[in-house]
Amino acid sequence: MSLMSEVGQKAFDLGVPIAVHIDVTYRCNERCVHCYLDHDDHGEMTTAEIKDVLDQLAEAGVFFLTFSGGEVFMRRDFFEIVEHARRLMFNVKIKTNAVMIHEEEARRIRELDVDTIQISVYSHRPEVHDAITELPHSLERSIKAIRFLREQGLRVTIANVLMTVNSSDQSGVQKLAAELGVHYTLDPTITPMMDGDTSVLALRIPGEELPEIFRNPALVGSQEEFCAPPKPPSKEDLEGYSCSAGHSFCYISPYGDVFPCVQFPLPTGNIRRQKFLDIWNLSPQLKEVRSIQAKDLTVCSSCSHVTSCTRCPGLAYVEGSMRGPSTADCEKSFYRTGVPTANMLQHGLSKPRTTAPLIQIRPIAVPA
Amino acid sequence: MPENCIYIARSSAIAARALAGEMMVMNSADSTFFTLNEVATVIFQAADGHTPLRDIVRDRVCEQFDVDPEQARADAEQFVTELSSYGILIVSNQPLASEAT
Ligand code: SF4
Ligand code: SF4
Repeated sequence: MSLMSEVGQKAFDLGVPIAVHIDVTYRCNERCVHCYLDHDDHGEMTTAEIKDVLDQLAEAGVFFLTFSGGEVFMRRDFFEIVEHARRLMFNVKIKTNAVMIHEEEARRIRELDVDTIQISVYSHRPEVHDAITELPHSLERSIKAIRFLREQGLRVTIANVLMTVNSSDQSGVQKLAAELGVHYTLDPTITPMMDGDTSVLALRIPGEELPEIFRNPALVGSQEEFCAPPKPPSKEDLEGYSCSAGHSFCYISPYGDVFPCVQFPLPTGNIRRQKFLDIWNLSPQLKEVRSIQAKDLTVCSSCSHVTSCTRCPGLAYVEGSMRGPSTADCEKSFYRTGVPTANMLQHGLSKPRTTAPLIQIRPIAVPA
Repeated sequence: MPENCIYIARSSAIAARALAGEMMVMNSADSTFFTLNEVATVIFQAADGHTPLRDIVRDRVCEQFDVDPEQARADAEQFVTELSSYGILIVSNQPLASEAT
């Protein structure tokens, strides 16, 4: 176990929120076709409020802090926020589309010793990327920004969300990342909108096409290992938990709502009304999330994939129950190994359902 | 450099946070990640740039831990040299402005 994993496990066991993701705004200069956010400003936290939140997070033991959005640079005070975070000695990661990063911004980011900048790139072809972002010249501007950041010696990661419209461009984006000297990460998961609108799910790569991705060693490493049939769960496995959401990680929206994860829209409290640590320690919803062990999962506990499945409790929650299966992960498990999932067997299906029925969930927006 | 005129300050390029009494430290320049044991954590937290290392060892380390003062001084010096080689601590024989608050 690496030192980093050891520390992560320790935080998990102690219930310390070691990592937090904050969206500082939902406003954006791009209009990505798959984006699940409502881009209007319903009363974002002010600079002073965010600084106060950061003070509270430092006190709570948060070490890894991710700033995202929306587009973070839509906030004129963004550098003031990062500066405050760095003064509090957080390890800061920024997720951005980078179109507003020029030489000066790149220099400021380096001066603030930001750890990593993650930039979304959908295709190496401007006609595809710009059609997804609905912002002309956005690919050109993002690439220019990556060069400025690299000139400053900063670590950059290209995040490639794969969907139907760009699934054939993945190797082109990988090559582009190599040319630019940056890391590459792939995300084949399109998630439903925060308010439960499922129309974006139509952009998800159809399950039938997943095997092609899962058999690409450039993406998954050893195929033999990755596609190996699942091992039967041990008693320990069944006493294990899903992921760090709500255990050592949480998400804070621009309106101060606290959720177990950016992909787990279960409202647990609002930082404008309560102290962060009171929400973290006392929220009944977070306590419930933390209590769920693999053996408590309604369908998954009897699934042969339960130990190797990437089951996301957030997606399961959006589908109807945080103790239930997540159809997107059933698809991945099935197409990765060819072994039917408990969810399929229960419904007598020969292949996983592709679109899950979703319920309407909207984060609580509190006026400033 | 004799130990009695060493001043230490934390670099502003690092990220740091205590987890159950032990400090996690990451140098953003190369993502090196460390955890410091409890004694090292006390020294790191006291690295304000103007308290001599000798005083930190005497007033913090020897006060809080059951250690031999001579041994503690030698260990502290070694620890400080090591962390400064990773760019985590700045060492000087003059008082320093602590880079991080
Ligand atoms: S599995 Fe889902 S809920 Fe858990 S951390 Fe990942 S995205 Fe969040
Ligand atoms: S494959 Fe589906 S049913 Fe099986 S553990 Fe994963 S989410 Fe649950």
